[in-house]
Amino acid sequence: MLLKNEMKLQIPSRSFNESFARVAISSFFAQLDPTIDEISDIKTAVSEAVTNSIVHGYENSIGTIYIHAKILDENTIYIKIRDRGRGIENVEKAKEPMFTTCKTGERSGLGFTVMQSFMDKLRITSKIGKGTTVILIKTLNKR
Amino acid sequence: MDKINIEIKLENSTMLAVLTGEIDHHTASKIRSLLDVEIQNNNPKFLVLDFTNITFMDSSGIGLIMGRYKLMQYIGGNLKIINPSPQIKKVMSLAGLDRLAVIERVTPKKRSDYVAEK
Repeated sequence: MLLKNEMKLQIPSRSFNESFARVAISSFFAQLDPTIDEISDIKTAVSEAVTNSIVHGYENSIGTIYIHAKILDENTIYIKIRDRGRGIENVEKAKEPMFTTCKTGERSGLGFTVMQSFMDKLRITSKIGKGTTVILIKTLNKR
Repeated sequence: MDKINIEIKLENSTMLAVLTGEIDHHTASKIRSLLDVEIQNNNPKFLVLDFTNITFMDSSGIGLIMGRYKLMQYIGGNLKIINPSPQIKKVMSLAGLDRLAVIERVTPKKRSDYVAEK
């Protein structure tokens, strides 16, 4: 059976929403009966992307984070996380492990590395002053 | 709203921090400030971070651990992490934390005696 479903979520870029976003996404994909490992991978990747929008995209201001989750086919999940924040100057540089622009906090610079390792595909598009879009794709093991 | 709880146990020069809940960018700042106050007040030789009850951690936890590792080095102490879940261990390995700090699995018995044993 081809199961198609999707959901959209808009949340303000407040840090307490990090936990809400990952729980909402994992609840949505529960219909595919993922393994505990798969759901942990998804939650971690989503947490990284949402945190990036909060910490880097909107920095010290509050903006809206747009999340679109859908089931692409029977067992492939798609998650788009978009902000209208300041954008990333150099996406390739930002993807490098341990690279961070944050000088005040203790950011490890591993956000994109985690997303890349825990998901099958990671696509990043960004425009200075316009915002950043992150697309995460993962095919779950057939049950 | 904070999905984190920290319990500090002190014995001799060991400080055991039992963390319960989730570590993300939101909760990391609370853990950071509490641990730093305790470290500065007690000057432990050994900081043991108990991850048994941590159900989630993203890369914000890496920054948190790295920061405490540096702080412990600065005061001439050591850092140990006990009982991270396989998923959390995966995040730690990505950062090479397993090469930096001791990550150990301990039994519940040894865990309760941890401070007394050091």
